[in-house]
Amino acid sequence: MDLLEYQGKQLFARHGLRVSSGEPVTTVEDAVRAAGELGYPVVVKAQVLVGGRGKAGGVKLAADEAEVREHAGSILGMDIHGHTVRTLWIEHASDIATEYYASVLLDRSAKQPLVMFSVEGGVDIEEVAENTPEKLIRHHVDALNGISREEAIEIATEGGADADVIEGVADALVALYEVWLQEDATLAEINPLIVTPEREVKALDAKVSLDGNALYRHPENQELSDAENEDPIERRAKEEGVQYVKLDGDIGILGNGAGLVMSTLDVVAQAGGSPANFLDAGGGSDAEKIKQAVQLILANDAVKAVLFNIFGGITRCDEVARGLIAAFEDLKPDVPFVVRLDGTNDVEGRRLLQEAALPNVYAARTMNEAAEKVVALAAGESVGAPA
Amino acid sequence: MSVLVDQHTRLAVAGITGREGSFHTLNNRRYGTNVVGGVTPGKGGQDVEGIPVFNNWAEAMQEVQPNTAMIFVPPRFAADSILEAAAAGVALVVAITEGIPAHDELRVYNLLKRDYPGTRLIGPNCPGILSPGKANVGIIPASFFKQGNVGVVSRSGTLTYQIGNEIAQAGFGCSSIVGIGGDPVPGSSFVDVLELFQSDDQTELIVLSGEIGGSAEEEAAEYIAEHVTKPVVAYIAGFTAPAGKQMGHAGAIISGTAGTAAAKAQALEARGVRVGRTPTEVAEIAVQVLGGASIAAP
Repeated sequence: MDLLEYQGKQLFARHGLRVSSGEPVTTVEDAVRAAGELGYPVVVKAQVLVGGRGKAGGVKLAADEAEVREHAGSILGMDIHGHTVRTLWIEHASDIATEYYASVLLDRSAKQPLVMFSVEGGVDIEEVAENTPEKLIRHHVDALNGISREEAIEIATEGGADADVIEGVADALVALYEVWLQEDATLAEINPLIVTPEREVKALDAKVSLDGNALYRHPENQELSDAENEDPIERRAKEEGVQYVKLDGDIGILGNGAGLVMSTLDVVAQAGGSPANFLDAGGGSDAEKIKQAVQLILANDAVKAVLFNIFGGITRCDEVARGLIAAFEDLKPDVPFVVRLDGTNDVEGRRLLQEAALPNVYAARTMNEAAEKVVALAAGESVGAPA
Repeated sequence: MSVLVDQHTRLAVAGITGREGSFHTLNNRRYGTNVVGGVTPGKGGQDVEGIPVFNNWAEAMQEVQPNTAMIFVPPRFAADSILEAAAAGVALVVAITEGIPAHDELRVYNLLKRDYPGTRLIGPNCPGILSPGKANVGIIPASFFKQGNVGVVSRSGTLTYQIGNEIAQAGFGCSSIVGIGGDPVPGSSFVDVLELFQSDDQTELIVLSGEIGGSAEEEAAEYIAEHVTKPVVAYIAGFTAPAGKQMGHAGAIISGTAGTAAAKAQALEARGVRVGRTPTEVAEIAVQVLGGASIAAP
């Protein structure tokens, strides 16, 4: 679960990291009011879950009311790499002497927390890692002991922070680690971590990803997920507890198990098609859940054909067939379906489908055959009689 | 032989009194797995179709000496249950539970390493381990698999069934099928299981089924190049997955430039591992390498 900048800064503030005062707004009028309260100059910042905001014109300095009005008006509704700006963060502008970089993340390979620090802040950190790796300090923390202040001072010193702000940077690193640990984050990143002319160390940006599996421990963070600028079908799927990710193509996909669904997307792409979604109906899906899933797939207007790829383990193929039959009765879809059922109760499932003689439903025995058929159908070609 | 579970397995199950827990425990027993007990706090003294239930792992250890623990409790209790089983001296813990917080997994991994090095954890969020003809610990539908000489290790459940089924249809069987799970910090990695298959007499070929996210496949590639002499055939799911979108499994997310399917396939191929582009192709390559249909062992 990725947080917007201002949400991340609210978590930072909770753990003692210094941030500028500001306010999230969704209208030009509120932007003007907030700016007046904060005091000029302010920065108008697009709140989107994608990098490169500044270059795209989504971050602007405003010296007075007229400029706030102008920038807020142009940034709201702006498209930044496919993300529509719905929220602005209006922040009192900071004077910047130096820009650093700091992050804490879960290093899956080392199976330890990784603290990173660089004096090359405010730029793409992946470029720093690539071109001047010696300027990016990578320090593993013992997950069982956590970070000590001495450790943080070593990191700041080794990284080459200015001598007079070593302590301030160390405090920021310790606080950032606490954000990562206490809030069940998988990533907590500050770029840039600035030093002001008054030598204050401050987080000017925030990138935080929270672990959705740990939200039960953080009821206060649960509402943050609603603020994501996500696709309306994805939001509906989340509410219904279905794993759905919208993609760009025109072939709807349903399968059981994340790995099998990913594999299905690949096989469809290899057959020359373009998947419209990832949908994992999960283990043990009953007829009702299958019907719900069909509704989600068809909610995307781009879908021209649908592929059901089921390998039943806990999931029973007869239940899947019943769900599909019920969905056809209720929804009367006008796009063709290709269904491949294998595994638990597959014979019964195939028999049910054959008896129901649904219009526009085609059977396939293997995954590859199913993929070829659905790609042909999406292209408007004939693949023989429905099963 | 086979790896991890076999006729010597003595299984006890945390969460045996739950709906899923009891269903799969009994399923495992029907397959022939020696189920010696269950653990549910507050329900000690009861039984599940003759399987004695204990209040905690220490009690279970004292009474029935399990060497394998299966964890079926809800995510918020799972970490403690794993650690309790380890503290009681259980050598193998198989955690089926899905949805355990990543920080809990990180803590469990490091605590096991520091305090209980004698305990091996498989999972969490995994389908378990099946050694066809010997024992089934978990939720893998055993009917799709025959006994044989192919070892399978996978991050995904259903994809394993798909690949296993293709191999079975080609006339081959499996020594063991090990699901390591799709979470960010699994207790055992590909490397750990590759090491087991390499030293297992029954296993003649290894199928490795990976997916996007993390670097476990790249690490497996390094390990194979240096330590594995048996042929390995790999599959990677997620070539069409976009960056930044989690594809079901908590671990299946491409972050930045790392963790793509293409990079993983390339890392494996660069070290001589053949990578099938579809599950069917994986089975075809396996058959080619093994040279015609033959099922080893009875």
